[in-house]
Amino acid sequence: MQEFLEFTLGGIAVGMIYAAIALSLVLIWRGTRVLNYSQGGMAMFTTYVAWVVIRDTGSYWAGFAVALAAGLVLGALLEVTVVRPTMGKGPLNSVIVTIGLLILLEGVAGIIYGGQYRSFPPSFSIKGLKVGSVALGISASDLFTAAAVLAAALALFLVFEYTSVGLRLRATAFAPGVTRLLGVRIGRVLTLGWALAGLFGALAGVLVTPSTFLYPNSMDSIFVLGFTAAVIGGLDSPVGGVIGGVLLGVVLSYAGGYLGSNLVLVYGLAALALVLMIRPSGLFSSTASRRV
Amino acid sequence: MTLARHVGAALVVAVILVLVSIQLSSYRDYQMAEVAAYVVAVAGLTVLIGLSGQISIGNGAFMAIGGYASALVLIHLGWPLEAVFAVGAVVAALAGAVFGVAAARLRGPYLAGATLMLAVALPTIANQFPKQFGGDQGLSVSISTPAFLGATFPPTRWLAWVTCAAALIALILLANLGRSRVGRSWRAVRDDEVAAALAGLNVARLQILAFVVSAACAGLGGALLAVVTGIVAPGAYTLTLSIALLTAAVLGGLGTLPGALWGSLVLVLVPTYLTNVGASHGLSSAASSSVPIAAYGVILIIVMLAFPAGIQGGLRRFFGPATATPLTALFRRTPVSEHQEEGPS
Repeated sequence: MQEFLEFTLGGIAVGMIYAAIALSLVLIWRGTRVLNYSQGGMAMFTTYVAWVVIRDTGSYWAGFAVALAAGLVLGALLEVTVVRPTMGKGPLNSVIVTIGLLILLEGVAGIIYGGQYRSFPPSFSIKGLKVGSVALGISASDLFTAAAVLAAALALFLVFEYTSVGLRLRATAFAPGVTRLLGVRIGRVLTLGWALAGLFGALAGVLVTPSTFLYPNSMDSIFVLGFTAAVIGGLDSPVGGVIGGVLLGVVLSYAGGYLGSNLVLVYGLAALALVLMIRPSGLFSSTASRRV
Repeated sequence: MTLARHVGAALVVAVILVLVSIQLSSYRDYQMAEVAAYVVAVAGLTVLIGLSGQISIGNGAFMAIGGYASALVLIHLGWPLEAVFAVGAVVAALAGAVFGVAAARLRGPYLAGATLMLAVALPTIANQFPKQFGGDQGLSVSISTPAFLGATFPPTRWLAWVTCAAALIALILLANLGRSRVGRSWRAVRDDEVAAALAGLNVARLQILAFVVSAACAGLGGALLAVVTGIVAPGAYTLTLSIALLTAAVLGGLGTLPGALWGSLVLVLVPTYLTNVGASHGLSSAASSSVPIAAYGVILIIVMLAFPAGIQGGLRRFFGPATATPLTALFRRTPVSEHQEEGPS
């Protein structure tokens, strides 16, 4: 019972990170029907930026803020320079270009920072919390992770629902042609979508890296699990992405806890295959994603 | 007749390769063997992407499966080399079939994501079963040069001969497959799934078949590479390998077998060169080994944005008949996704 509680709470904490990655993928997918395979690479890169800032200033929160800002800028920059030209050229084109971005970011990080594993500080203490004498299996750092992702997701929701920018984002995702005819600068809206996605990726990178170390490939496995979470949620639905992330986090936490943690990625792959076989369009998607 | 022409061409190429390999130093022979190993894997991928219109970022994982399968057969059973290679291809094909059936309902980005996950997840299995797979150290694979060639015959030249022979056979089979009914059906599915289905083609089965063929090629490539490098270890089958294969296929020209050769040549020759350039500009060894990785990214982005037909498409434009239509059509059509009749621009 004690174990079960620890695995559940720990799984939710990790799941929030998958949720952040999933949200970043959903943001881009809704607007452009592009799946951004470079999201993990972007998050890795902004975490290196945070690492440098923390090393030079000694302030964790300075690094945290700079990483988020770097995520915004990097997302917008990549959309304008590299992703925009692939629009309208068929789905494989954007897949290959974003994979190129992933490997480019990993290569550049390797050139600048070298390949060695760097430790990255956590936000708060990683000592396990207790209620009375019962260990909860999570730390203050985990609580902050969950709170930060939830707050960011809530802010995103409020922006989407209650601001004119959010209305433009939703309209562009729903009917780009009509939206353009109504006078919305679609290009700018898409750039904003990528910037926000970069921000969520950067958040996930900073939050997860204390437990994985920092190296050019450090976000690969986190990214594929975030992708799995997004697919579980249907890729179209931000709420589905968050639920998918938490669901995946908890399931993998049980699997890792009871069966051994070395094969977590294999369990993730099995979960992905299972979900896709039962509901190819994800658990929370409203639209069918296939024509034939 | 196509078969006869392809076999004839392959025989000519084989004679040329033997003559060339005799002239080369033993290191160049080794590189030749490496190219032969990669060209099989890249050819399988280029057929998958260029002909059937699906994408895999996980073919490095199928190379791992082929490599480990052949290494285990070689070490424990001591089978002859041709059987070892066949085992690598068949086991990878079976794995590809299992994965392909599971992934048959997946469209482009979903399939790519699932294969990406395979590439990241599979190497962890080797560490989970260190007794069978040797853990991080991997398994060492060695083959001996046959006695009739004499004691002084360079081992790498024998490796080059063996791998080139296997690669040529695989390429003949792929070339024929591409021109057969199956190849035509793949193109039909690639260009318009709905029309292909209406014409009576079994779209799902054709896509799974393409996936299996590409996995078998990757498996054979992995088996060849295992014999060439003398080792199979999880560190060799990273995501970077899978993306390197993709880079070679894209750079050479998707869907073309000669393109797979150009891409593989670049894959073997250029990284060493770039690493040396990096080192000579004062980069540490870890940093300079990242230079080729960044270069893969640059190549993928620039080729897809500016020259989607790749090297082979460029060669055709300058030397080929005027009617040759490169595969740019594949990347020019508007997406068939559901609610984007008018794509954002």
